Amino acid sequence: MRVSISLIIGSVLLGAMLIAAAVPDWFAPFDPLAFDYDALSMPPSGEHWFGTDQFGRDVLSRIIHAARVDLQIAVFCVIFPLVLGGAIGLLVGWYGGILDAVFGRLVDLVVTFPFLVLVIFFVAVLGPGLVNVYIAVTCVGWVPYAKLMRAEVMVQAQSDYVAAGKVLGYQMPRILLRHILPNAARPVLVYAVTDMALAILLGSSLGYLGLGAQPPTAEWGVLIADGKNFFTTAPWMALFPGLAIVLAGLGFSLTGDGLADLLAVKR
Amino acid sequence: MTILLQAEALTKHFPGRRGLIDMARRTPRPVVRALTGITLDIRAGETLGIVGESGCGKSTLARCLVGLHPPDSGAVRFEGADLAGMSGGDTLGFHRQVQMIFQDPYGSLNPLMSVGDTLSEALAVHNIVPKAAIAARVTELLAMVHLPPDAAGRRPHEFSGGQRQRIGIARALAVEPKIIVADEPVSALDVSVQAQIVNLLLELRARLGLTLVFITHDLRLVRHMTQRVAVMYLGRIVELGPTADLFAAPRHPYTRALLRAVPQLTPGMRGRDAAVRGELPSPLAPPPGCAFHPRCGIAEAGCSVSVPVLSERNGDWPVACFLAEG
Repeated sequence: MRVSISLIIGSVLLGAMLIAAAVPDWFAPFDPLAFDYDALSMPPSGEHWFGTDQFGRDVLSRIIHAARVDLQIAVFCVIFPLVLGGAIGLLVGWYGGILDAVFGRLVDLVVTFPFLVLVIFFVAVLGPGLVNVYIAVTCVGWVPYAKLMRAEVMVQAQSDYVAAGKVLGYQMPRILLRHILPNAARPVLVYAVTDMALAILLGSSLGYLGLGAQPPTAEWGVLIADGKNFFTTAPWMALFPGLAIVLAGLGFSLTGDGLADLLAVKR
Repeated sequence: MTILLQAEALTKHFPGRRGLIDMARRTPRPVVRALTGITLDIRAGETLGIVGESGCGKSTLARCLVGLHPPDSGAVRFEGADLAGMSGGDTLGFHRQVQMIFQDPYGSLNPLMSVGDTLSEALAVHNIVPKAAIAARVTELLAMVHLPPDAAGRRPHEFSGGQRQRIGIARALAVEPKIIVADEPVSALDVSVQAQIVNLLLELRARLGLTLVFITHDLRLVRHMTQRVAVMYLGRIVELGPTADLFAAPRHPYTRALLRAVPQLTPGMRGRDAAVRGELPSPLAPPPGCAFHPRCGIAEAGCSVSVPVLSERNGDWPVACFLAEG
């Protein structure tokens, strides 16, 4: 077991985000929703480290409180596609045949459309809001997980330890769930952690477009969208939430990278 | 002598892939003829060797015998009962009696399961011992293959190839089978380790009264380990006889060529001529008649027309050659 530098840096970044999401009030110096008409669009200062927005709300406090929403987006935008896609991939990889042919055409259909366009289409139909974002992302995002899982299952199913299980008379569920799944799931889980970085970007993009988290909820993408109108006069309003997105994305990427090394199956 | 396991006219073909153009031209789907009409009795207590070149169908035969591949036609019978007709408990019973040792010690163990878990699982599924006694039985099994008790807590990647092969043997022995099919169990190992595994198998065979089917392309191992040997060529058995007699006086020209190909230490014994001409034909398109005739030194006109069946032909053991009379 070798813990890499990238895993350490990644987990520190994610740890900070987790703590901010768990107990934002411990760190946020101000109420994220409280207006202060005496301090509108103030630049960063000793009192407001990251400045204030056009309503006098403290940008640092809003970024800290937004961590909870963005973390939720990162987890839910990955976990539902992971479970759905993983289950589909497991069955398709094991049974193959007609199921695989149908699966292949379905995948072709979904990947024909750019990911974001398809997600926006679903959200537009369902209506804006985080729950609908999760539904939309699940409808589109299961594909890479299913493809990855299918390929892994097909490789594992050909291995001799699976043959040994069959020779020992093990039933299909035991072989599939106890032997193949744990071996096939590892690369998929590593991909999932890396995918959370993209999920944060996606959640922020949708927030920016007004399709994700709705104001006044603080969400990094929404914060950038709010700040863009004041970018020439008060750049801190958009800059610091952007920095938070970059750091969170970096945290997930590095962690995924480190996990890939750590979880690599030794043969 | 009682017959334990039987192959009865086993045929196994694997359909190949064909491209769109071939489909449009209605070219028939290519078929790999892995096994054609294999009939073989395995007697209780014996060690039967199966030899042949790579690609002759040895491994397919092994996998059919243990129930990994259902045959296209023909039957595998254990103590007279057809494997294809078994269901539920009977199938589980068959798997308990007929076990397999695999060629690749690196792929044949689940890399995520500890050795103890791998062995316990086999014990638990087949209810070999009561739950409380499983741990003790795992230690016994490890001792049987000369591994220390603390091996149970470790994962396969912590072991060498030879040690892993021992674990594979312990897993096969866990369910107390009557017969073990060993598919090239030592060909992936270093020569120094090969001897250890072979000796372990011989020791276990004597101690447990095992019936062994030993599949290999190593003729020295066959001579060392087996009482009877079946020689395979392109999916068929061409000769089947007592090992000592067959090595002393091979009847089939292919067997003769194989034996001549064994490296000799005595200079005077070294043959100068090539043992066998040409390459193994593709099992996608086996030659007509006797499959060996294009490479055979004594082939006659009739050999390329009809297929010789495996029968005694006035000799002491069956051979599939028209020219092996008497």
